[in-house]
Amino acid sequence: MYKVKVFVTLRESVLDPQGTAVKDSLHSLNYSEVSDVRIGKYMELSIEKSDRPVEEVVKEMCERLLANVVIEDYRFEIEEAVAQ
Amino acid sequence: MKFAVIVFPGSNCDIDMYHAVKDELGCEVEYVWHDAGSLEGFDGILLPGGFSYGDYLRSGAIARFSNVMKEVVKAAEAGKPVLGVCNGFQILLEAGLLPGAMRRNESLKFICRPVKLKVENNETMFSAVYEENQVITIPVAHGEGNYYCDEETLVRLKENNQIVFTYHEENPNGSLEHIAGIMNEKGNVLGMMPHPERAVDELIGGADGLKLFQSIVKQWREAHVVNA
Repeated sequence: MYKVKVFVTLRESVLDPQGTAVKDSLHSLNYSEVSDVRIGKYMELSIEKSDRPVEEVVKEMCERLLANVVIEDYRFEIEEAVAQ
Repeated sequence: MKFAVIVFPGSNCDIDMYHAVKDELGCEVEYVWHDAGSLEGFDGILLPGGFSYGDYLRSGAIARFSNVMKEVVKAAEAGKPVLGVCNGFQILLEAGLLPGAMRRNESLKFICRPVKLKVENNETMFSAVYEENQVITIPVAHGEGNYYCDEETLVRLKENNQIVFTYHEENPNGSLEHIAGIMNEKGNVLGMMPHPERAVDELIGGADGLKLFQSIVKQWREAHVVNA
């Protein structure tokens, strides 16, 4: 069993209006050192071991559903879950 | 000419769409549930607005894998008119039937009001009854209508005259090049954020949307009815 963490964010080239609003709020709280905020999604997947390499499977899931690659980037971390 | 209104869990403009086609346009129309395995017998496919699957993950991202979408793709490939309005547009984008993607409105607000549109291309099966460059008023109602595509795609959209409607004078959501509605290269799939089905009766604020439906029927009759 794998525990997979998937992070999806808007691409750098795509304006993130939510991130901009949050950055402005941080500035209004005097955190002037914040130069950029990007808002994204975080997903946790539990995946059973199969014949296919888990990296390949997760990448395919990201491309097909979890991210919209027209406007979003994704990255993921894979951990092998320890049996309880 | 017979239309299908596809109903997804969370669609909420399906009844308006049905009313526009049946009562104002005067054509046959049926609701088709999202798990239907066939669209046989329908000449035009309508994907209504709403919040299919609660907009989970992204607008249209889940609906795009509905059973019926395989049939919508087949209908599109067969050259049948496919119209997606609002969430229907978002589903067509996610399904890859149209290029690009939607971002949240620049203002981060849900906007719900009539807007002015310019008919950029009136030589399509969705806009032939409008005048060239005609300015029409159609309501919008969306939180994610901020259309985006990469530069390469934009060049292609322009070269092929695929931009059918743009926002006139004021852009309500920040969309690229004021884009309000685009069609595919073949010209039989149109996605638009404004709601033509909500503008089909002068009694409730205007009938500028009716001509869009009339355009579809006109083209269909010319192609399918002898002596039309």
